[in-house]
Amino acid sequence: MRAPFSWGATACITQVEVTNEGIQMRRVVVTGLGMVSPLADGVEATWRRLLAGESGAGTIQRFDASHLATGYACEVPVGDGSNDTFDAARYLEPKEQRKVDDFILYGMAAAQQAIENSGWMPEDEEDRVRTGVMIGSGIGGLQSIAETAVLLKERGPRRVSPFFIPGALINLVSGQVSIRYGFKGPNHAVVTACSTGAHAIGDAARLIQWGDADVMVAGGAESPISEIGIAGFNACKALSTGRGDAPTKASRPWDKDRDGFVMGEGAGVVVLEEYEHAVARGAKIYAEVIGYGLSGDAHHITAPPPNHEGAERAMRAAVARAGIDASEIDYVNAHGTSTMADTIELGAVERLVGAAAGGLTMSSTKSSIGHLLGAAGAVEAIFCILAIRDQVAPPTLNLDDPAAETEIDLAANAKVERDIDVILSNSFGFGGTNAALIMRRVTG
Amino acid sequence: MSDSIADRVKKIVVEHLGVEEDKVTENASFIDDLGADSLDTVELVMAFEEEFGIEIPDDAAETIQTFGDAVKFITEAS
Repeated sequence: MRAPFSWGATACITQVEVTNEGIQMRRVVVTGLGMVSPLADGVEATWRRLLAGESGAGTIQRFDASHLATGYACEVPVGDGSNDTFDAARYLEPKEQRKVDDFILYGMAAAQQAIENSGWMPEDEEDRVRTGVMIGSGIGGLQSIAETAVLLKERGPRRVSPFFIPGALINLVSGQVSIRYGFKGPNHAVVTACSTGAHAIGDAARLIQWGDADVMVAGGAESPISEIGIAGFNACKALSTGRGDAPTKASRPWDKDRDGFVMGEGAGVVVLEEYEHAVARGAKIYAEVIGYGLSGDAHHITAPPPNHEGAERAMRAAVARAGIDASEIDYVNAHGTSTMADTIELGAVERLVGAAAGGLTMSSTKSSIGHLLGAAGAVEAIFCILAIRDQVAPPTLNLDDPAAETEIDLAANAKVERDIDVILSNSFGFGGTNAALIMRRVTG
Repeated sequence: MSDSIADRVKKIVVEHLGVEEDKVTENASFIDDLGADSLDTVELVMAFEEEFGIEIPDDAAETIQTFGDAVKFITEAS
């Protein structure tokens, strides 16, 4: 796992040609942000704590995890809403809460925040038909499925709740949000493991570009912190196991002592909008989605190929679609899970930016909030948008002893204040599925 | 002890449908008056079965439309 990896030579990759020639693209901007994270309920509270270098990790509180190989995770701070804790009643009546798995609750909460933040709550039928939802999840209602399976075995089929299936289905975040707000446009859900959030934003942006919708509510939600979730990821040797005495030190991307990712949970949702539509209604514009690239590894169910050429192809496709030079990228929010794959991603990014590596800042916010799986790409895209807004790159915590030398500034243990106009956000998932998003500051 | 059964049924209805107790009257229809949908009524019947240790067959469940229907059925079945 800690063997040195060499990426000095340029990898020989076969790149699909991505061209904008002949395509009349509608521009897509971000006009609303919403988030439930292990640091806080809410975008601004999470961002403030992220920049301050806080960690969301701790011993698992929700259930007794002492018998599991990993007894720590990054749980959403549940409370009465004070001190930025997550109070589910702010988003869903108690009698409705028990009908949905936590990932739906988090997704609905983040969607509510994003929609309110955007100010887009149309009453007009035509506006509603032009507004869609694409909120995905990596796994969906894992906990509900586990509990219901036990109930079925112990007490028989007549005890299975009528809300079990609609409370566990991945696309029911999108369904619930559309029902609540009357959004009758495309209703869709991405399921690409840890790339879900990024794919959802990218795919939703394309629906707007193609004219299927003018506004899309897009993102990801996940609630994998359960006995079966931890046991399952432990079994495939993905999780950190050796930091039970110091959970906040467990997620340490690019550090020599990293030993796996730390499970997180929550949701990230953005409101995407066609540029002229946003301008016409005077919406606040955070950033423009200018590039999106996708690829498959065709290599292994859980591991990336040694040079991560799939990731590189996704990034290069996004750069080509954006119509920029890779050297224009100021900040990369890495997939950076705190696993052996961190340095492989680093190599792919180095090949992408070439001689511009010295001017690039890259960090992994998973060092602070853990890995939110299907929500990760959406939450991290929001961090990138805020990095553009506030001209600051969030830190990579616990990067005390880098596993590789690089000219790229990895924002070790401290935020980096700098010019940030163009960002790249990477997400890679089990099955070998890769997504790269590029966003840019909108001026004038 | 029939009022005890009625109280227990009322408590379940209030909890599951999130309605005010005074709305749960003899002739109150779960769907028309108390805001339940078809899935809610399935869950209500399951909750009655659980609370009273009885089995309510599907064809009987379909006849339980109001609070009064539920109390009557459960009183007879208990």
